[in-house]
Amino acid sequence: MRFIFKTRYQQDIDLFKHNGQRFWYGVLAVLVLVAPLFLDTFYLGELSLVYIYAIAGIGLMLLVGYTGLVSLGHAAFLAIGAYAHSWFMRQGLPLPLSMLAAGLVSAAAGAMVGRPTLRMTGIYLAIATLAFAIIVEQIIAHWEPVTGGFRGQLVPDAVFAGVDLSRGAPFYYLCLLSTVLCLLAALNLLRSSSGRAMIAIRDSEVSAQSMGIDLARTKTVAFAVSAGFTGVAGALFAHKLGYLAPDAFTMLTSIQLLLMVVVGGLGSMPGVFYGAIFIVVLPQFIAIMRDTLPAAVGQIPGLEPGLFGLILILFLIYEPEGIRGRWVKIRQFFSEFPLYRKATHKRQKSYLRTERVR
Amino acid sequence: MEILQILISGVSQGCVYGLIAMGFVLIYKATEMVNFAQGELMMLGAYFAYTFINILGMGYLFGFMATVLSMGLVGVVLERGILRPMIGEPPFAVLMITIGLGFVLRAIAGAVWGTETKSLSNPFTGQVARVGELAVGYENLAIIAGTTVLCIGFYLFFRFTRLGIAMQAASQNQLAAYYVGIPVKRIYSLVWALSAALAAVAGVLVAPVSLLEPVMGFIGIKAFCAAIVGGFGSLPGAILGGLIVGIAEQFAGLYLPPGFAATTAYVILLVMLLVRPQGLFATMQQKKV
Repeated sequence: MRFIFKTRYQQDIDLFKHNGQRFWYGVLAVLVLVAPLFLDTFYLGELSLVYIYAIAGIGLMLLVGYTGLVSLGHAAFLAIGAYAHSWFMRQGLPLPLSMLAAGLVSAAAGAMVGRPTLRMTGIYLAIATLAFAIIVEQIIAHWEPVTGGFRGQLVPDAVFAGVDLSRGAPFYYLCLLSTVLCLLAALNLLRSSSGRAMIAIRDSEVSAQSMGIDLARTKTVAFAVSAGFTGVAGALFAHKLGYLAPDAFTMLTSIQLLLMVVVGGLGSMPGVFYGAIFIVVLPQFIAIMRDTLPAAVGQIPGLEPGLFGLILILFLIYEPEGIRGRWVKIRQFFSEFPLYRKATHKRQKSYLRTERVR
Repeated sequence: MEILQILISGVSQGCVYGLIAMGFVLIYKATEMVNFAQGELMMLGAYFAYTFINILGMGYLFGFMATVLSMGLVGVVLERGILRPMIGEPPFAVLMITIGLGFVLRAIAGAVWGTETKSLSNPFTGQVARVGELAVGYENLAIIAGTTVLCIGFYLFFRFTRLGIAMQAASQNQLAAYYVGIPVKRIYSLVWALSAALAAVAGVLVAPVSLLEPVMGFIGIKAFCAAIVGGFGSLPGAILGGLIVGIAEQFAGLYLPPGFAATTAYVILLVMLLVRPQGLFATMQQKKV
């Protein structure tokens, strides 16, 4: 265990806590930069998908992991981002502007949902966002002039400055660049006063309020920012899919996004990436399993959502901190080797007192 | 006349929502947990009935009883296996776990019974009660009657029996209930058994009007809207919310352009959350420090 003696405030808000981190993240940066040299097209595509999910995950993590608000409807923001981006592209907006605009449209939608749902918490908010997602799905299916309805629509190629960025290595770099920018933006937000306010709300709404935090404003900002990131991810997702249809953004997608942040580890940005890798790798893994397993097991319809559900259950029961939490525990086990105490990470249980009158 | 006819089919559909919503409310009332898999439990109940009645050839009534009992058992198993470790965890985690459970149950149903639609044989098929120009299917009448009986039964149960009151106590403060000698854990198992059995009843009643398929549990989301509209935690509210959603849906399907009927429940929900977030029969208040 490394203990850092902090003498300046700058040290407290540094993105990298110590030189070890700087070194390893540097190695990682070099690896992802040279990845197109040694990965073939398929794996490059999958890695791009990891980045896209990670951007959406950053958005959702800000909301669920840092502000403590649950959204079961983030597929709607993904869809809004994707369709808005496609529309802006067809209007002739350049690629970066269009992506930004898609993010802004999505953020506006997020603020619109966030504002009235502020009074709700917990399940009420979750179900309200779910209702919003289902309504958005229906709007997409029936607003044919703009969305193409059930038939769907072709996404314009991502051409910027004469270069086609819609597939292969150029698309990979586009996703990578967007991910890094989004991650930096999110990390910066988290060390600003707004970000701190979000965390305070997550930990205790009442004490946050008594410290002078404007609950309504902070929650709306969190919702809008979260939706905005997800919208940008949606724009990239549109290029990845190539063809937009309403069935790409169902409730299952929302649950998948939520699964990603829970499995990755709530309340940590690295967790987003673990989760994104997890949900990209799992379907591939299932596809391979299907071929090797006996047909009776491998051909079960709905095997994939079923497995997603099962994994979600197992994580929530046995490792609610997600992959990130497990990693922290393993690291601590080795760094404190003979003296590791299991109770260090014991979960605090809180026994409920009802909010009901009668 | 047409309006009355739609009203009746709306009431019957609303009773279905109400029945499932009652399952939500039951678990919420007693354990303060939100069971998102209630629709899937209903689906499983319908498939159990299909197995007992169509495949094993039991009589309708006998198969019905076997379904209710076995689903009660399923409820206990689920509680012991999955929900028991979650006591004391944040509500969000419980919500997520039941969502996961819903996916798993759907996959299991797809694996065991297949994804093609099936229909449950029942004594009501094709029989229609006629009052003047009105024609009401017996299966719709069965749904309405079943809902009424169950609703009254549960209301009396929570109001007057020791067990019902113990359940309410367990929900209001788990630790305090434990201190005064209420076997909280056993109560939780019982509630899940009751709720799963209720879902089974809903499944058996719904099966004649809708087809059996693994995705029929999605109706649970609309029932959830109904429960919130009625005020989460209130049994009469659940039924009333179900009726509102069911009737509005039928009228929207007839008078509004396509697409509106599918979203009616959610629009009602959002409007309700804006106007009166605590629902029609409010049982919630802001948590104090």
